[in-house]
Amino acid sequence: MAGLTMRGLHKRYGETHVLKGIDLEVDNGEYLVLVGPSGCGKSTLLRCLAGLEEISEGDLLIGERRVNDVLPGKRNVAMVFQSYALYPHLTVRQNMGFALKIAKRPTAEIDAAVDKVAEQLELVPLLDRLPGQLSGGQRQRVAMGRAIVRQPDVFLFDEPLSNLDASLRSHMRVELKRLHRRLETTIVHVTHDQVEALTLATRIMVLNLGVVQQVGPPRELFNRPANTFVAQFIGSPSMNILPAQGDEKGIVVDGVDGAIEHHARGPIELGVRPTDFEVTDDGVWSANVDVIERLGAEALLHLELGPHKISVMVNEPTPIEMGQTIRLQPRVLHAFNRDTGVRIPEPAGATS
Amino acid sequence: MRQPSQSRLILTHVGLVVFTALTLYPVLWVFRLALESDAGLGGGLLPIPRDVTLDNFRNVLGTTDSHGWLFGKQLFNSIFVSVLTALMGLVLSATAAYSLSRWDFPGRNRAIGAFLVTQMFPGVVMLIPIYILLDKVGLLDSLLGLALVYSTTSVPFSVWMLKGYFDTIPRALEEAAALDGCTRFQTFFTVILPLAKPALAVVALFSFMTAWNEFILAATLMGDARSYTLPVVLNGYVDEYGADWGAFAAGAIIVSLPVMALFFALQRYFVEGLTAGSVKG
Repeated sequence: MAGLTMRGLHKRYGETHVLKGIDLEVDNGEYLVLVGPSGCGKSTLLRCLAGLEEISEGDLLIGERRVNDVLPGKRNVAMVFQSYALYPHLTVRQNMGFALKIAKRPTAEIDAAVDKVAEQLELVPLLDRLPGQLSGGQRQRVAMGRAIVRQPDVFLFDEPLSNLDASLRSHMRVELKRLHRRLETTIVHVTHDQVEALTLATRIMVLNLGVVQQVGPPRELFNRPANTFVAQFIGSPSMNILPAQGDEKGIVVDGVDGAIEHHARGPIELGVRPTDFEVTDDGVWSANVDVIERLGAEALLHLELGPHKISVMVNEPTPIEMGQTIRLQPRVLHAFNRDTGVRIPEPAGATS
Repeated sequence: MRQPSQSRLILTHVGLVVFTALTLYPVLWVFRLALESDAGLGGGLLPIPRDVTLDNFRNVLGTTDSHGWLFGKQLFNSIFVSVLTALMGLVLSATAAYSLSRWDFPGRNRAIGAFLVTQMFPGVVMLIPIYILLDKVGLLDSLLGLALVYSTTSVPFSVWMLKGYFDTIPRALEEAAALDGCTRFQTFFTVILPLAKPALAVVALFSFMTAWNEFILAATLMGDARSYTLPVVLNGYVDEYGADWGAFAAGAIIVSLPVMALFFALQRYFVEGLTAGSVKG
């Protein structure tokens, strides 16, 4: 078991600059989730960690060892691929024992290791089958098992749940969490699914265009997003961002009546999560209900607030109807610099 | 699907019977000639032997010369050359196709194109250069020389065939193998080649058959009757001094048996290999 250290990692393909200086220490036993939109470089970063891509610049350490020039097979990392990449001509047992066989371990030891993991993952009845004879969920578990058998220093997961259907995915999320608690091994997990990130990670790293936007525990990213990108990427439905002006009387959203008390001054971007509104008659804003999406326990209101469109989550049952005008009070405000998108810090001692 | 009507079914089968008869007619003639004691091309259009004897087979199989059993030596020549061709073709084309499929190196696309261009020239065009080359390196009248010539002519097709197949094997498998500690060669031998078995079988069979059936090169490059391959031997039965159609036909049947056996044995792979790559995933 070991941690990871990235120092000024760059990756270039010719003219294309994919990773622009990644610095991060991952402690031993952490569950780090890399998240970002497609093309942000998260998969490239994972492949650099695995050794499948060469690092153009910077240092990568696993434990104390610099591994930039170490072959993938010698880094003692195990990867679970998005496509699972099980060897189609080998049985489940042979797939799981493949790495140990290449390492020329004795057969008895390989069998024992495979049996132990197969039991933990309930794969015993499948051991003699070929991958083609398994369902998607079973293949996923075999891919996990193949990684676990090796007892690596670091697990690398490349969107391991993205090929599963919704119910199986949430089941496997719980399994992954359990697995991490039991193995206590460092895990780096790439996903574009922010729910996966929020539920699994001890720390999340948000990447956009090859640049780290924010690294921190899920709660911190959710409660104090470092910029408008993270604010809108983490949390579902996405945070409302509105152009506004701040002065002594408070914040006024452009084109909307009503000032809200806040410390920010000058032109800003005001962020409010759809879940952070209260529908109340003495609310500061007045908005028209455009569309209601009823989701069962909750309803998502799409509102017209002056010239802006915002979304607001309310609990069901709600008496609100389409076409109605309602009054709203935002409860939690996030203020960002309008030019840079960076969060405007709260005054010392204040809580947001 | 809709059930075809009775009349349509009958019509289809009549058509099939006609085509089967058309296809089998010449083959049946070969059997007739092989089984007749006084084989000739006269005596009716129907391929029914006037008498049945195995003398023609006995004569062909029992050919001898001063060194001993000539037909046995010639049969060995054919098998040796064909197996060697298939093996050399496999080794050369599998490695070449893999590198063309997986690595981008200067001249890669030109190489792929060049392999295709070579297929535009019939082998006969290269007969004289090949003769001169083999003469220079002392491989005229040698089975190794013949096998070399055959494998070089079959390699371009094999490379194309195998490259197409390798292209369909996901790269993630190689990456998984790399993470599992495989070297490039281990990945090639333990992951790629086992997965490419159907295509390898097709390529091996194709090379084998090319060598087994080839006549012109063998007739030109092999001077001594003891180094003849079977097609050249067959040709000897029908020459300017007379035509022993019975021996020719019996020989033709004997020559086609091993290929048929191989084809049946590898049939499963063959069909799989030919359709491979048509559907990705």
